[in-house]
Amino acid sequence: MRRPDPMLVETPSAPADEAAASTSSGAADPAMAPSESAPSPGSEHGAATEPSSGRLDIANLNVYYGTFRAIIDITLTIRPHAITAIIGPSGCGKSTFLRSLNRMHEVIPDARVEGSIKLDGIDVYDPAVDPVQLRRVVGMVFQRPNPFPTMSIYDNVVAGLRLTGRHRAAELDEVVERSLVRAALWDEVKDKLRSNGTSLSGGQQQRLCIARALAVNPEVILMDEPASALDPVATLRIEELMAELRKNYTIVIVTHNMQQASRISDQTAFFTMGDDRAGYLVEMDDTIQIFTNPRNQLTEDYVSGRFG
Amino acid sequence: MTTLPSAPWLARGTTGGSSDRTFRWATRLAALGVVAILLLLGVQLLDSSWLTWQTFGLGFITATTWDPVAAVYGALPYIVGTLLSSLIALVLATPVGILTAIYLSEIASPRLATPLTFMIELLAAIPSVVFGLWGVFVLAPFLRVTVEAWISSTLGFIPFFGGPTFGIGLFTAGVILAIMILPTIVSISREVIRSVPNTQREAMIALGATRWEVVSKAVLPFARSGIVGAIILGLGRALGETMAVTMVIGNGQAIPTHLFDQAQTIASKIATTFNEATVGIQTSSLIALGLILLVITIGLNIVARLLVWRVAGPVGGES
Amino acid sequence: MSATITTQPRSVAILRATSGGRRTWFDRVMRSLALLAAIACVIPLGAVLFFVTVRGIAAVNLDLLTKPARALGVGGGALSAILGTLQMVPLAALLAVPLGVLAGVYIHEYGSARSARAIRFAADVLVGVPSILIGIFVFTFLVLPFRQYNAFAGSVALAVIMAPVIMRTTEEVLKLVPGTLREASLALGVPRWRTTLAIVVRTALPGILTGIMLAVARAAGETAPLLFTALGSRLVNFGDFGKPMDALPMFIYVNARQPYELQNDQAWGAAFLLLVVVLTVNILVRLRSTRRRTP
Repeated sequence: MRRPDPMLVETPSAPADEAAASTSSGAADPAMAPSESAPSPGSEHGAATEPSSGRLDIANLNVYYGTFRAIIDITLTIRPHAITAIIGPSGCGKSTFLRSLNRMHEVIPDARVEGSIKLDGIDVYDPAVDPVQLRRVVGMVFQRPNPFPTMSIYDNVVAGLRLTGRHRAAELDEVVERSLVRAALWDEVKDKLRSNGTSLSGGQQQRLCIARALAVNPEVILMDEPASALDPVATLRIEELMAELRKNYTIVIVTHNMQQASRISDQTAFFTMGDDRAGYLVEMDDTIQIFTNPRNQLTEDYVSGRFG
Repeated sequence: MTTLPSAPWLARGTTGGSSDRTFRWATRLAALGVVAILLLLGVQLLDSSWLTWQTFGLGFITATTWDPVAAVYGALPYIVGTLLSSLIALVLATPVGILTAIYLSEIASPRLATPLTFMIELLAAIPSVVFGLWGVFVLAPFLRVTVEAWISSTLGFIPFFGGPTFGIGLFTAGVILAIMILPTIVSISREVIRSVPNTQREAMIALGATRWEVVSKAVLPFARSGIVGAIILGLGRALGETMAVTMVIGNGQAIPTHLFDQAQTIASKIATTFNEATVGIQTSSLIALGLILLVITIGLNIVARLLVWRVAGPVGGES
Repeated sequence: MSATITTQPRSVAILRATSGGRRTWFDRVMRSLALLAAIACVIPLGAVLFFVTVRGIAAVNLDLLTKPARALGVGGGALSAILGTLQMVPLAALLAVPLGVLAGVYIHEYGSARSARAIRFAADVLVGVPSILIGIFVFTFLVLPFRQYNAFAGSVALAVIMAPVIMRTTEEVLKLVPGTLREASLALGVPRWRTTLAIVVRTALPGILTGIMLAVARAAGETAPLLFTALGSRLVNFGDFGKPMDALPMFIYVNARQPYELQNDQAWGAAFLLLVVVLTVNILVRLRSTRRRTP
């Protein structure tokens, strides 16, 4: 493995990207010089014991599709190595917000962003930041499992790694096993790695997609209603898996299912939308606060099921 | 319309019944007519060429002489000419066509893609004979002094690429065919590529793929069989294309051995000799050539449409 | 551990790098290649249009439009070809439109899913049959038995080419008619066949006409199916479908192969006329349908 595994290497000082890896010592890489100014401002959770990587600071974020403003002025901080749930009525911009974090919404023509999103102090919308690189740090799991149907299970897992040049077979084998173990799928598929990814059940496919995201070794994993297409048993497995993953990754999950948010997340952000259909943040707090003692009436109404 | 609103079954019992049946039969007849034409076409060609199959048997396909004086007929030179010219067309049109389809559906902004698509559709509308005219007077002389000269001077040491260049010949026919099948390959590949679910693209994007990697690693593998279908449909069109090829391929009667040889395809052979042929074994042999072409194109068509359906579902029958 | 000295988060290192130079470079190269390919597709269109326009306009004159080809020797005009196209194509449309439209109505309205699929498949295959074979096919039963090339056979051959195209577009357009319209009419007690004709086909009429126009434009440019049926003729044939008749595409083909520059010029002139008609129909039809699609 060229890329240090965060599980083994807690201090991520080793160069991770291939450009840096081509120089034998990452410490000499001039690209790293400005990093000391990196620590994010205004970090109330930024205790020294906290992992330093995978923290997102969003400030005054607006996302537009053409002239339509999809989300308004969102400011919040996503704690590293925790699960942050985004809840709210449908159409309130949860998915748009999530996709703006790894610039996935840019796939839609005319999408535009104002404000800043800082990942570990670096503005991801800085012109110098390559969205392709960003997405290797900020991975994503989608609502419907979307394994590549023309690839085997094995090839699905390493699809992301294969994008970055040649890898030795042993290295790939190792990544496949570790990713599948972490995605809690290894035992079920270890004997049929060469069979097609679509031959798995829906829940297994989703865990395969999680393994695929883990294989490129991201810091942050975005999950867009990852269990909404799954049955309860499969959903439970995904939730258990997330609880496991939060030790090593920052997880942001959009969910319709409030119980799910309350079960699995450390902090919760409640979005809703205004009269102009633009989504905004009502409040964000520790999950227990949001569900037991919200500050805002709108939140209270939503979590207690009142509407109208 | 002026009657009181009533339940449909009431109306059917009274005024509608017999006319309804008549109309339904008329439409059914028309539909069966279309099928009947296709079947009749096959039967007629087989029947009209029976004399040839009786006389020469399947050896007709592999025989190399076409001699009306001796009344000996063989199809091989024309089959080879057909396959070679179409092969040249495919070699040229496939990469360009697929890349264009990719550009139109995955890369270009709609503002650019719409007019480009429009122009490529127009290319498909130009009559074959106009391509032929342009081919004879513009393309062939142009290719002769540019591409053909270059190929024969740089690759001439390889036997197939050597020999004199005429402009008129196999190579020019291949180029014209490539131009003519481009719209088919582009439009059907584009349909197929557009039918690839977005979730596949997103999955690849989220793994940190560049735009091109999304295309090559997620979109193309998914659309593969449909694109192969598009290429085969293009091939089918190239094999049967008549006028433009007739006008630029020359009138070679032997099996072509060089890229620039003058040659003859099945279609061009029929086009140039059918009217002069004496009814009997000569006409029969020309129709037998046609039957070979029919079997090849229908076979390819069926294979291609099945492939395209597998990815994109039924795509319009045009082009 | 993390809290000490210059710990730069791993993410920062990755973000500060561009996606490996080779990959970005390859991405750009392939995208530019795709653009080049698209341009390469358009160049032949431009080249054909350019030469046909330049050489064609130079050759279009009153003689070309009003005189028949001289019976012997070189000279005259394309009148017999123009008149021939104007006669054979409408007759072909007259034959093909009812067949194609009714067949399209059948597979959309009445046919079972299975029979519809079979018929659709047959039509698609028929569209893919080389047009010269359709010429031979019609030759075998409308020319050979009478030992006489004739314009009627030419029209039939063109109709065989048009019918499946019209059928497929009719079906596609009928699919777009909302089912509620049909139900409303049936509920009023209108018999099914009248509903189909007066409501469904009527609503879809603009689209069906579009399909017919495209098929006509295509037939007007066909040469191969006419070679062994209408044969072509240097004489003006007005109304005698039992005799050979010329058509613009055949006129182009024949004159392009002659060794006289004047005849070659006439071929360019005729090509210009043909192209103007064919492209005008195509452009109008496609502009209309794209405008309908976009909102």
